[in-house]
Amino acid sequence: MATVEKPATFVGTRQLRKEDPELITGAARFVDDISLPGMLWLGVVRSPFAHARIRSIDVSKALELDGVVAAYTGADLEFAAPLLMAWAINDQVKNPPHNPLTKDKARYAGDAVAVVVAESRALAKDGVVAVEVDWEPLPAVTGIREALADGAPILHDDFGTNDAGSWSIAGDSPVPTRGPSAPFFDDPDLVKIKEEYSLARLIPNAMEPRGVVVDPNVAMGEYTVYSATQIPHILRTALVISNGIPEAKLRVVAPDVGGGFGSKLEVYPEDAICLAVAQKLGRPIKWVEERSENYVATLHGREMLQQIELAATRDGDLKAVRVRLTVAMGAYLRLVTPGIPMLGAWLYHGCYDCEGYDLEYTNVFTNTTFTDAYRGAGRPEATYAIERAMDTLARELDIDPVELRRKNFIPTESFPNYTIASGLTVDSADYHGTLDKCLEVLDYDAVRAEQRTRRDRGDRKLLGVGFSTWIEMCGLAPSRVLSALNYAAGGWDAATIELMPTGTVRVLTGVSPHGQGSATVFAQVVADQLGVDYDDVEVLHGDTATTPFGMDTYGSRGVSVGGVALHAAGEKLIAKARTLAAHELECAEDDLEFAGGNFTVKGTDRSVGIKALAFSSWTAHNLPDGMEPGLQATHLYDPPNFSWPNGAHCCVVEVDQDTGSVDIVRYLAVDDCGVQLNPMLVEGQVHGGVAQGIAEALFEEAIYDDEGNLATGTMTNYLVPGPPELPSFEVHDTVTPSPTNPMGVKGIGEAGTIAAPPAVINAIVDALAHLGVRDVERPATPERVWRAIQEAKEGRS
Amino acid sequence: MIPAAFDYEVAESLEHALDLLAANEDAKALAGGHSLLPLMKLRFARPPLLVDIGRVGGLDTIADAGDHVAVGALVRHCELERDPVVREQVPLLAYAAGLVGDRQVRHRGTIGGSLAHADPAADLPAIALALEAEIVARGPQGERTIAAADFFTGLYQTALAPGELIVQVRVPKTAGAGWSYVKFRRRALDWATVGVAALVRGNGSIDDARIALVSMGPRPLRATAAEEALRTGGRDGVAAAAEQADAESAPQSDTAASADFRRHLARVLTARAVEEALGRV
Repeated sequence: MATVEKPATFVGTRQLRKEDPELITGAARFVDDISLPGMLWLGVVRSPFAHARIRSIDVSKALELDGVVAAYTGADLEFAAPLLMAWAINDQVKNPPHNPLTKDKARYAGDAVAVVVAESRALAKDGVVAVEVDWEPLPAVTGIREALADGAPILHDDFGTNDAGSWSIAGDSPVPTRGPSAPFFDDPDLVKIKEEYSLARLIPNAMEPRGVVVDPNVAMGEYTVYSATQIPHILRTALVISNGIPEAKLRVVAPDVGGGFGSKLEVYPEDAICLAVAQKLGRPIKWVEERSENYVATLHGREMLQQIELAATRDGDLKAVRVRLTVAMGAYLRLVTPGIPMLGAWLYHGCYDCEGYDLEYTNVFTNTTFTDAYRGAGRPEATYAIERAMDTLARELDIDPVELRRKNFIPTESFPNYTIASGLTVDSADYHGTLDKCLEVLDYDAVRAEQRTRRDRGDRKLLGVGFSTWIEMCGLAPSRVLSALNYAAGGWDAATIELMPTGTVRVLTGVSPHGQGSATVFAQVVADQLGVDYDDVEVLHGDTATTPFGMDTYGSRGVSVGGVALHAAGEKLIAKARTLAAHELECAEDDLEFAGGNFTVKGTDRSVGIKALAFSSWTAHNLPDGMEPGLQATHLYDPPNFSWPNGAHCCVVEVDQDTGSVDIVRYLAVDDCGVQLNPMLVEGQVHGGVAQGIAEALFEEAIYDDEGNLATGTMTNYLVPGPPELPSFEVHDTVTPSPTNPMGVKGIGEAGTIAAPPAVINAIVDALAHLGVRDVERPATPERVWRAIQEAKEGRS
Repeated sequence: MIPAAFDYEVAESLEHALDLLAANEDAKALAGGHSLLPLMKLRFARPPLLVDIGRVGGLDTIADAGDHVAVGALVRHCELERDPVVREQVPLLAYAAGLVGDRQVRHRGTIGGSLAHADPAADLPAIALALEAEIVARGPQGERTIAAADFFTGLYQTALAPGELIVQVRVPKTAGAGWSYVKFRRRALDWATVGVAALVRGNGSIDDARIALVSMGPRPLRATAAEEALRTGGRDGVAAAAEQADAESAPQSDTAASADFRRHLARVLTARAVEEALGRV
């Protein structure tokens, strides 16, 4: 075996992931790997109808089966409260109570109405099939426009409407915009464009489906919930509320979790149901989602109608942006559903300066699976609208799309901490420098020349190039801002570092990684900061019984909030160690310098190592007066601002005019996420994110049929692309440190997903622009592309 | 994704398999299982008994039989893909087998299973039509040979009688013919949105033209009008032939494509397939 030389410092190096040996040898422990004595399996009876009243439910045939232990309907399981919805965006929000098992009617195909508990998974499934529900099918509505039309079927009768409430920048934003947009749209001297985009509904496909195991200790009234979740801490709070068990008696564990992308940033009916059934039966309960169940029972994302207007001068100076969104909630509001569009609400003018800004969105109930956060959550939607619209404006003004972007970039010298037109403050960026790098790698002129040659030759395969100069806000989130947005919780996070008597280091974090590699990155940070051996650092996460209360992992917050909390805890620990070192070396603290894990009296060779200090701190034989034993520190970090990564992505496509097929020839990503702790993991996030973004642009789309059944309910017709469908990504970076935190870090978890869709669609439209094509609805299927070509040709003839 | 309970028997011989199937008319033969098992997991199929024919001897061989290649029913797609006799004598079959599903599917799926399942979106049934293969079936009444043209009778329907098993597929050699298979799909592992197989013979004029279509109706079909146009029009008749490629088809609309777009694709892909085949004559 080759020996790997250890680097002098770990931060900034391409460390292999500490997590991987278990994962790639099959030794990892996912929820489905957990089996407990006396455990029963639970299966869920789901509605086959998109909208249907429940006349009655007969579970007797299920109970007759050998091995079926119990069956419950919504009337049999009592809950202290409906499932938690944590983001009442304003006073007008309409939040229907979401009982884990619906009692009156099913509101989407897949809505849970009963459960069966049995000795095995197969028996539970047999029991589910045997349950007889007397349904009264009702008219269903699955489209956003249709749901708002007069006479549409109403999902929640008490509201009398499917309008779930609206939110606007003018009425609800806690920060003022630079100005209203109306004066610019009324100005006859300005050029205006108005674009409408329809974003398809997406279905997250984590490699590991969801699962829950509940281990009850009925005598003590204590419960351990193992859940395939991104949010063990938030889930515990939610289950305390819905199931009426106090925090101290409820432990939530996220064991190894196989991907989330937001789909496990949720409080699901099955979490509450398994807990309630375990409480009732006093036996461990296990439920693992079937893959086909995942398509209807796990949250969906994105679906919205966008209208974006730009006003600009004839020479391309962007003056105002006005946006109107109509957003599919699905059948219920889940944990943060109504606030998802808000996560992009300040970003619809992108990285461009302007004077007037307005945005309003309306949420709509439809007879579909509930939507909620999906990788990027609100920011991919915003980036899509502005980056597509900028290309349209460029064509309208006959300016190169790259030039138009450059002309309107917020100047580099505006930073740090520039308040943008929508009212928030961007930490740092160099948009010009990032785009420069992208163009240099691309050789833009050569691509344009090749495009012209193909057009002139009359080639069947046309070439197109599309850009996406994206920004986002991540590192969720400053708690005061969340308060102003009516979000029910804070956005801080916590970390504890404990130097053990033997010199090993125990790191506890409040974030809950599920594939990101946080344990690796956090060990790199601690190894450098404390001067300890990287291999001696163990990072524990995802267990409410051992880790400090934190806000878990989503929104690219692992490093930019959890990592910064960890760094601050490290500083506290060093401060305490310094006091002890000064005591032992009989010098003033100021006389000590700390490097490589050693405190040294300046100008001497007298020193003491931090590991030795850990031991003496533990024995407490000789501590300064008043010092507590033990060498550990905890920090709770509330970020003062979001972090603002950005980048320039470019996609080159080949479009077959005869079939509408699109091949991605090149995909370039130049991203700036501030200081990089582990560039290999940054690249990994970009690769995965871009793949998901390309999937949105070309492949993935949830389609409901006329009756409201999910027509794309399996992996054969919901098209998740794989390696054969994706190009080799050309990944580059620029580094503009964030001034918001001492590490200079931002976030990278969602960058690719945010950036890629408009780059791809812009490239397709660019390839076909000379034919008169102005838009292709996403995903740009061969049929949509081909039809766009035919319609353009007909329009011109 | 959890099937209903079922019994499972391993057939020790062809006769044993036929006896087991005869004794239980709802029993299903299990070969590669890549169509049957997913249907069972979704509970769309609930056979009470699976008769595993995977260990029946003598059904997994490929032999040069003079004017044709004799392919055993249990020959897997990956073997068709790389077998030197198939590659040499029936390159269209070897090529098309290499486009079935993904690598895992090709290492489990069998030619007999694919033909017997008769999915109109599958590759090999249309290839069997284009190659004018013969399907040898064995049942309680003995053995018979069915022309591919008579074999596919409807959506997932074949001329196989209850209790009958495919034992061999006889594929005429295509030496001297030009061939092509153009498979249009969104992802590499998908079924064809539309597939077009072409086989042409002729020196100057086109003496023999066969065009078979995938996913253009409830069963695989030959585009006979297009074939006729090629025979009469020769090399200059490709465009005219392509225009008629969908004449006899009845494609469905689904999430992959509308019927209209499938018809358009059939015309475009037929032109491409025939041009490629002509280039290989």
